[in-house]
Amino acid sequence: MNRRSMSAIHGWLLLLPAMAFLVLFTHWPALSTIIDSFYSTPKARRPARFVGAENYEQMLSDPVFWQSLSNNFWFAVGTIPTSIGLAILMALWVNDRLIGRTALRMAFFTPTILPMIAVANIWLFFFTPQYGLLEQVRGIFSMSPQNWLGSPDTALLAVIIVAIWKEAGFFMIFYLAALQAMPPSLAEAARIEGASRWTFFRRVQLPLLMPTTLFVLVNAFIGAFRTIDHIVVMTRGGPDNASALLLFHIYTVGFSFWDTGYAAALTVVLLAILAAIAFIQYGVLERRVHYR
Amino acid sequence: MEAGTPYQPKGAWLALETVAAWLLAILWILPLAYAVWTAFHPGEYSTRFVLTAPLTLENFSRAWAAAPFARYFLNTFILVTMVLACQLVLCTLAAYAFARYEFPGRGLAFALVLAQLMIMPDVLIVENYKTMSKLGLLDTIPAIALPYVASAFGIFLLRQTFKTVPKELDDAARVEGAGPLETLWRVYVPLARPTYLAYGLVSVSFHWNNFLWPLIVTNSVESRPLTVGLQVFSSSDQGIDWSVICAATLMTSAPLLIGFLLFQRQFVQGFMRAGIK
Repeated sequence: MNRRSMSAIHGWLLLLPAMAFLVLFTHWPALSTIIDSFYSTPKARRPARFVGAENYEQMLSDPVFWQSLSNNFWFAVGTIPTSIGLAILMALWVNDRLIGRTALRMAFFTPTILPMIAVANIWLFFFTPQYGLLEQVRGIFSMSPQNWLGSPDTALLAVIIVAIWKEAGFFMIFYLAALQAMPPSLAEAARIEGASRWTFFRRVQLPLLMPTTLFVLVNAFIGAFRTIDHIVVMTRGGPDNASALLLFHIYTVGFSFWDTGYAAALTVVLLAILAAIAFIQYGVLERRVHYR
Repeated sequence: MEAGTPYQPKGAWLALETVAAWLLAILWILPLAYAVWTAFHPGEYSTRFVLTAPLTLENFSRAWAAAPFARYFLNTFILVTMVLACQLVLCTLAAYAFARYEFPGRGLAFALVLAQLMIMPDVLIVENYKTMSKLGLLDTIPAIALPYVASAFGIFLLRQTFKTVPKELDDAARVEGAGPLETLWRVYVPLARPTYLAYGLVSVSFHWNNFLWPLIVTNSVESRPLTVGLQVFSSSDQGIDWSVICAATLMTSAPLLIGFLLFQRQFVQGFMRAGIK
């Protein structure tokens, strides 16, 4: 056997174990989700049968689906720009020689490594009506009592705040790395040109941070559609589905109602959203950002 | 860079920024600080912050007694070890294939691997549950671990590292008669040690904290990891005792938190490396 085919065989053999698991738990389930979305949910006496687009018709007329989709949209709009803005601010501060910058970095980063489920428990108490911490602070200033998680107007906002708090420090480290990789000569040149600090940030630092922002943006988008731990702990999607996100709706349909056919159709929507993010990242944005 | 960079804030501006940064940092650490306060003080002080409040460990012993946390700790420990061990083996082999072998279908295979970065097991819960049910693995620790053992992220990270290994070292090992696996083990693995450390930290903290999939696929004390155990414990209807819940919450996070305090640099660099592609 010649060297080339030897090398090909070795390559495939090395790849095989990982590929088998990937196919079994990623590629195949992704495909079978699509297939199952055209079948009814199997019941004890009635196996799944082909129902065409019935699950999708059910979806179009399911108000909770539309609400979870719009909630997810507002959740993304509420979390992503704010946490990215905060992350840049944190990175600039930690990058400047402020007093105790190591402690600052640690404080900002700590939420990243804590389990979401654990911190959601603590935040749950902050938001508790009457004797929760937030209410006690509001009581001091004699503001009207507010049931943060129990009111449809504020439940989504409350989980958005928790998500921002959890994510900002994680995004900070990428900006910090990018800032530290910038050559000091840029700042010197800008100073000689007489640029103000704001101009330097807006015209030099921010454009050079664009690849980082793209990376963080993609991560933040995926995160907004796949993290629902805090929803499970804090609101269970309530009240009146005011804080139900798409994946939470899938979870409820699939594992509380056991309507797996319909859950598959919902998952197809989620997969389509994730694929769209991937397409935008690789197809459109990456070409415009990569000038380095 | 040294202290004298041209845009380093000075004077009143520096003071202002320092105060603002510290205020934000305090806000950020507040939930954790609050949990520590509540967990180490008797219940009646959970909303009264007086410095003379007596310290106690009773909340911890009550939490420990109220739920099988020892078993949950063991389960989580087995889980993260199992996941990491499998990931290291599978990802190392696959990364080596992508970095140093020419074979038909390599480009397609790599694209298929990268697809997992977008479509993570986290969103395929319904189908993966069916698979586990067919395999007869429901309510076991391997069921939690299996969807994650072939990690696209790990393969990608190690491939990048292996590509930086000089080809001459590989050739030298081959001349001495080493086969592919021996070369991998003697040349590539030792040189990739920092990558392994970074990846290991990220993997362990991810699976220590993972919640939704374990919640779905486990149903008993024997297989539940800490996160699910904590949720079962704190959502039960035995009256909400915040001090005990805070103690349980701290216990759950403690190993990661202590690890983070000890290996702060490695953690931050590990997560950073994880993100830079």
